[in-house]
Amino acid sequence: MSSPTAPAAAGATGLLGAAAVLALGATVVLGLGLPPTEEQGTYARLIAIHPPLAWAAYLAFGVTGVASALWLWRRTRAPRFDRLAAASAEIGVVFCALTLVTGSIWGRPTWGVWWTWDARLTSTALLLALFLGYLALRRVGGPIDVRARRSAVAALIAVADVPLVHYSVEWWRTLHQDRSLRLPESDLDGAYTAVMLLGFVAMTLCYGWLLVQRCRAERLEEEGELAGLNAALAARRAEVPAAEPAPAPAASLP
Amino acid sequence: MWRDALLVAGKDLRIEARSRVASNQVAPFAVLVLVLFGLALDPDRGVLERASAGLFWVAVLFASVLAVQRSFTIETGDGARDGLRLSGLDPGGIFLGKTAAVVVQLLALEVLLAVGIVLLYGADLGRAAMVAASAAAATVGLAAAGTVYAGVAAGLRVRETLLPLLMLPVAAPVLLGATRAWEVAMGVSVDDGWRWVQLLAVFAAVYLALGVAAFGTLLEES
Repeated sequence: MSSPTAPAAAGATGLLGAAAVLALGATVVLGLGLPPTEEQGTYARLIAIHPPLAWAAYLAFGVTGVASALWLWRRTRAPRFDRLAAASAEIGVVFCALTLVTGSIWGRPTWGVWWTWDARLTSTALLLALFLGYLALRRVGGPIDVRARRSAVAALIAVADVPLVHYSVEWWRTLHQDRSLRLPESDLDGAYTAVMLLGFVAMTLCYGWLLVQRCRAERLEEEGELAGLNAALAARRAEVPAAEPAPAPAASLP
Repeated sequence: MWRDALLVAGKDLRIEARSRVASNQVAPFAVLVLVLFGLALDPDRGVLERASAGLFWVAVLFASVLAVQRSFTIETGDGARDGLRLSGLDPGGIFLGKTAAVVVQLLALEVLLAVGIVLLYGADLGRAAMVAASAAAATVGLAAAGTVYAGVAAGLRVRETLLPLLMLPVAAPVLLGATRAWEVAMGVSVDDGWRWVQLLAVFAAVYLALGVAAFGTLLEES
């Protein structure tokens, strides 16, 4: 039932983890070494992590959507897509929340407010709410395949909402005010662009590594639940040996 | 599929006609929300009149959560869910039927609430065509998205608390679109109102299609 991870796969995961830590470390060191800009001072350095975090969040939610669709399509239905969708949504929520937090920290000194109803901020916040709901639904529990079915449909509903939220919020805000919050592209000199690109690589690697680990933990959890269930069944059968002559087959993963 | 939809919608509306849960509980609740807004926002400063479109749609949104929840509560008792599954009705038809029943109830509620904002908030629903078109598209969208999510949450013990968390963020574009269109219709803002009606129609079409496609999968579960 439990398939031990092949050494090659474990090695690749380790390599991915090492690369993620290295890239993240380099982003931190180089990002903190960036010269303060005239307009935004030291806060401009947040650009090394803020756009990469947002990218990783969108990537994660996209993966959740694709994995859910693959689970729903009968030909490709496999438990690993359910685990992938769950793991990716969890990581996506963390990255999405961090995007909002780093944006807020940058916004307070730069615009003077922690929050403003800008199109991009609003749609990111709604995206976070959508996937918080998805995670809440996943935590309800129940049989694994029933939960997978429910969650896959819920993920598709949420993903279908993303373009609708985007356009509605974009129209709403751009009617009332110009988008004042766009980063002035011309300000970005070479060093800033380079560190930001490094940040993109680092966050993508981090996402990949976390995803692998989270999927593995998810599988172990499911196997652990089944092992506990089978142990309880065996113990119960041992109590009443005469009542059941033929032992029922052990429960197994779908 | 369409015949099945009519059957299910007729059944749900008949249950409502006999039990009067929506008309005796959901509708008074929605009117109460309008009164509470009046208490929270000082009516003398003109805030209510300017905000009446938004307040109307927030009240409809809350009521729609209750209406959708009610639509699935009637399937939980007496093994009705199993009956529905064994009936051989097309799952897409069941979805459309339940959505249609919710649409009918919500439209009746919206007429009541529209009278409410005209009387209580002094709103002026001038351009009736835009008011009606946006309300119809928004209601179909709300009912469709709500019915899919209620199908997802059906059978869960925590569905009363889970459904609003799932449904309200998804309905955010409906709230935005319907409010903007109504503001244009009321003359509170100048904007291209029909663009919002189009957005509402796209929302409704997306969730109707998704529901028809996904409802069979949802009904399978025990």
